[in-house]
Amino acid sequence: MKHLLKGIAVGLAALAVSTGAAMAEPLKVGFLYLGTPGDHGWTYAHELARQKVEAHFGDKVETTFVENVPEGPDAARVTRELANTGHDIIFGTSFGFMDPMLKVSKDFPEVKFEHITGYKRSANMATGNIRFYEGRYVQGIVAGMMTKTNKIGYIAPFPIPEAYQGLNAFAIGMREANPDAEIMVIWANTWEDPVKEADAAKVLVAQGADVMAQHTDTPAMLQIAEKAGLHGFGQASDMKKFAPNAQLFSSVNDWSHYYIEKIQQVMDGTWSTGEGPDHWAGNTWKGMADDYLVLSAFENMPADVKAAAEKAAAKIEGGYNIFTGPIKDNKGNVVVKAGEALNDGTLWSDIFFYAEGIQGEMPG
Amino acid sequence: MLEDLILTVLMTSVPLVYAATGELIVERSGVLNLGVEGMMLMGAVSAFGIAMVSGSLVLGVIAGGLAGMLTAALFGILVLGFATNQVATGLALTIFGAGLSGLLGAPLIGHAIEGLPVLRIPFLSELPTVGKLVFSHDLMAYGAVILVAAVAYFLKRTRAGLVLRAIGDNHDSAHALGYSVLGVRFMAVLFGGLMAGFGGAYLPLMLTPHWAEGMTAGRGWIALALVVFASWMPWRVLVGALIFGGITIMQLAGQARGWTIPSQFLSMLPYLATIVVLVLISRNREFSLANSPACLGRAFHAGK
Repeated sequence: MKHLLKGIAVGLAALAVSTGAAMAEPLKVGFLYLGTPGDHGWTYAHELARQKVEAHFGDKVETTFVENVPEGPDAARVTRELANTGHDIIFGTSFGFMDPMLKVSKDFPEVKFEHITGYKRSANMATGNIRFYEGRYVQGIVAGMMTKTNKIGYIAPFPIPEAYQGLNAFAIGMREANPDAEIMVIWANTWEDPVKEADAAKVLVAQGADVMAQHTDTPAMLQIAEKAGLHGFGQASDMKKFAPNAQLFSSVNDWSHYYIEKIQQVMDGTWSTGEGPDHWAGNTWKGMADDYLVLSAFENMPADVKAAAEKAAAKIEGGYNIFTGPIKDNKGNVVVKAGEALNDGTLWSDIFFYAEGIQGEMPG
Repeated sequence: MLEDLILTVLMTSVPLVYAATGELIVERSGVLNLGVEGMMLMGAVSAFGIAMVSGSLVLGVIAGGLAGMLTAALFGILVLGFATNQVATGLALTIFGAGLSGLLGAPLIGHAIEGLPVLRIPFLSELPTVGKLVFSHDLMAYGAVILVAAVAYFLKRTRAGLVLRAIGDNHDSAHALGYSVLGVRFMAVLFGGLMAGFGGAYLPLMLTPHWAEGMTAGRGWIALALVVFASWMPWRVLVGALIFGGITIMQLAGQARGWTIPSQFLSMLPYLATIVVLVLISRNREFSLANSPACLGRAFHAGK
């Protein structure tokens, strides 16, 4: 059903794209959105960044965005349509656009493609991402200090590398602050289902959690925390409005720096996908130090917790690698040896473990 | 702790009870409306919008119901007035409702409201366990049980209920007896919309007090399955909704307790349970067809 709906949206959007006025002068920038800015999370953050791009470049750019692009063959059609209508650089803002964009990129060697959160590249397709896990390390420290029951609830999306990076970074931070705290994880197997997220939060509260974190997109969990007089962290955008007394802080995605940097490179003729053995060389994967990830104000916490959070944030901005050994999994096995650390490449391959402090068994 | 879990199960079942009971009446009249999801979304967005603007949750609930009913009226006009294909029109209604609710809801994004208050009954609410489980709900939760009882009584004990069932089972005979087939069906469709609207309203007013696009996330389809699951009997809808809610919450609680079952499998459980029950019911043909409206989904032409 959703696919049918999206198909119609794509058809209409493609029509709009093809009839759009084509001015020769400004650089044409295209965006593929997975959803609509109405999610108040992932796509919303991309839309805010697109608006900042327009504000920054003024009439030097002309932006086009297509909402509700389904992951799969339809994404290839939309990408091709954008490339055909003279767009100079195209940003695909969801993991599932990777293969379709890769395919299309080979047919349009003069167009630049930027794919977000994926790992495949071509001569004219680069990769961009945010180090979301950095914010979760700070969340872990705050959660460890705030909890009275030593039970932390964590609502995870799908068991993919990005989710494990976040969960493990959270656990490492939490255990640094409080060696007795434990994390109860619920994999929601969705990015956005407010009712399910609320149900998961209620279940976590019923099992004794007094601080909750989420990797899913809606403010549902925070609203439950607010009602129960507990605490939690927001995701992707600042969710303070939904939980003025419960939100400790939100990790906010700011894609505008990445967009502006890349568009400027195209204008200057310096754009490249880079080379090198390191998976991320030449591509973009930045975090708190570059304001790609921004932590909202630390609130509803005592001064010593706030100080610890600020210290941890400063440490990360100074270049500290959270995944520095020794790191043990929750069965006591050493997964990262002392003196070693996971690098950007292994963060995508060697991340499949439950760090100390996470209860239960990994899914699948 | 267990009490809290059970309370969560009850709450998560409420919207399903409303939407499924409404659809039950629609189907009993012989009309198949697959647009429950769309009507719920229209109900949800209107309920939240009105509640936010007016500050009144009661007005929100009413607005949600009316929006669902209005959406259903569109379906009724097409299906009954123009005798369009019910399956196709119902599917279109879901797409329409999802799209329009997204459009209407755009300015509501990023706002929150206070949810429905729990109704405190002096003395009864203070009882241990029972007080929490039975006497500490919001008005809409009590309303759901009253609704099921009323619909059961209506179908079984009233003359109007008998007429409705007759029209669903054999519209030609009912027509020959002088009953207005299209009139009764239209009323049933409106009732179904009203209930789907109430069910939708419960999501942003009570379960998670904000609006998110597509927030029903398939619950309208579950409601449709529940009607068949219940073999068109009102009290079984209530039982089915509780089973569904129970499994949903159990899989979440199981994960939080570290059960070593893949979470993907646990997420699938509620749907799997629905299919299993459908298979079990369908094995016994007499049983499954006993209450199944014979004219379900068939257009009525008075001339023939």
